[in-house]
Amino acid sequence: MFSNLVRKWFILPVAVLMAAATALTGCTGNNGGGGDGLTGSFSIVGSNTVTPLSSVWAEEFMEVNPGVSIAVSGPGSGAGIAALINGTTDICQASRLIKQKEIDEAQANGVEPYEIQVATDALSVVVNPANPVSELTIAQLSAIYTNQITNWSEVGGNDAPIVALSRDTNSGTHVFFKEHVVQMAGLPTVDTTLEYGTKVLFLPSTKEGVDEVAKNPNAIFYPGLGYVTDKVKPLAIKKTVDTPGVLPNVATALDGSYPIARPLLYYTNSQPTGAIKDFIDYCLSVEGQAKVTEVGYVPLQ
Amino acid sequence: MLGQKAAFATAEASHDRGLRRRWRIGEKFIEGWIFLTGLLAIVVLLGIIALLLKEGLPAFLYTPPWEFFFGTKWYPVSEPPTFGIMPFFVSTLWVTLVATAISVPIGVACAAYLAEVAPDKAREAVKPVIEILAGIPSVVMGFIGLMLLSPLVQSAFNLNTGLCGLSAGIMLSLMSLPIIVSVSEDALRAVPDQFRQASYALGATRWETIIHVSIPAALSGITAAVMLGVGRAIGETMTVLMVAGGALAVPVSPTEPMMPMTAAIASGIGNAVRGGLQYQALFAIGLILFILTLSVNIVADRVLDRQKRKFAK
Repeated sequence: MFSNLVRKWFILPVAVLMAAATALTGCTGNNGGGGDGLTGSFSIVGSNTVTPLSSVWAEEFMEVNPGVSIAVSGPGSGAGIAALINGTTDICQASRLIKQKEIDEAQANGVEPYEIQVATDALSVVVNPANPVSELTIAQLSAIYTNQITNWSEVGGNDAPIVALSRDTNSGTHVFFKEHVVQMAGLPTVDTTLEYGTKVLFLPSTKEGVDEVAKNPNAIFYPGLGYVTDKVKPLAIKKTVDTPGVLPNVATALDGSYPIARPLLYYTNSQPTGAIKDFIDYCLSVEGQAKVTEVGYVPLQ
Repeated sequence: MLGQKAAFATAEASHDRGLRRRWRIGEKFIEGWIFLTGLLAIVVLLGIIALLLKEGLPAFLYTPPWEFFFGTKWYPVSEPPTFGIMPFFVSTLWVTLVATAISVPIGVACAAYLAEVAPDKAREAVKPVIEILAGIPSVVMGFIGLMLLSPLVQSAFNLNTGLCGLSAGIMLSLMSLPIIVSVSEDALRAVPDQFRQASYALGATRWETIIHVSIPAALSGITAAVMLGVGRAIGETMTVLMVAGGALAVPVSPTEPMMPMTAAIASGIGNAVRGGLQYQALFAIGLILFILTLSVNIVADRVLDRQKRKFAK
């Protein structure tokens, strides 16, 4: 009985292992001949917003170069920059500029952040399609996100409470929106002491926010352009009361008329070399930039 | 003849000794192995405590403990950052309270049904199903909360959003329910049958027997079950991160969006630079969370002890 048990529980895993080993060697044997010999593996960690773009690029690049393996994950820009500083990622994808404090921390750790802009994003502000409000000024958005305006009737909508949704502090979107909308950077009314109000909901992913706006007629959220679906309604944004409202799209982001646009960036530890350099060259090439439009962001040219 | 007997006895004794020696070597080895595994558990625990203290305590140099506990502002990425965890602490209390208030009555009643009332066939069918509930990954519970429960809670309580402490508490109660049912059912089944027989002999009904005899007799085990359930609710992260809403205000009612301590750690740790202020503050929250669950366990131990002594008389 005992030997039977041993045989049963021992032989099975060994057989599985052997089968797996055979399969693996078979695979490498097949692929060895193809490709131009570029090999290596690296990781891209950071912004939730850049993740869809990096994933597409990584897939395309790995298809052409089977010897390269790229792992993409999107816990947030802050997390990506922290990973770059701690040396746990090769490329950091970010939807905001690195802060001076973070550069200092990186240099203290022997990491020299090198910045490459790979695309541009227009940060859309979305509401439920049932919401009659169709445009807001930056000052009104700031008041909504600091809880000074708490009812849609104060901005020309229904008599209903505003449910303001935000990304959590892991997100580059969180910081970018705070600086450029909540604190109104670049406007005469700029006030760097303003913070998100305590009634704002902090969500762990951008998709969750878009889903909540699609379900909740009183919600408002600020996803990247690539996340906007037809279940939510983007608002036209007015820089000040006197300027016309501008809807977010590729054209308005490119000509600079849409006020909440931001660079999407890659950071590496000093100038990239080897497979990483080839990958970034591909991202900036014409084919690479064509993917940017497909994913819903704004290409560099 | 006498001599023969003695010789036999000696031979037997020496054979016995040989056997015993062999056993003793085997036993020593196994004893040593078990001792080592026991030691490993303690070393790991001490290591975790040391890590929490080493990384967490420096946070109190930047924010004095008083302000850290009772501060209501949490702005970790601002310049300068502010760390006050009152909102997270109160959120954890609310969510745990909701989860316990729902899961304990249902769980204990379900256990009483399974142990005392249900025919064997029903028990054999129901218990595995409840145990499967324990195996559902917390992220799946989060999805269910997000997609199914939060719209229901929103319309039932006429709220601005269904992402709130109440939704999170309901999902958590589903997650601690299997533990409570399973452990309390075992405790109830461990009550000697003579107790019930005596109760019936005195003319008690089944209901009276359950309420006055079985449950009091199994109370120590049921308390342990409840404490395990509470521990699960306090420590659960993914579900509350997804469903609780994550607002930074100190919640005055469970129907408000809130961010429990576990969610606060999870949503900030990826962004924290090792050794930075936010990193230390998050470890300090971890330290407080650890002290909280430790005290829950110590209280459970005390209750168990008292209950045992009562029954010993």
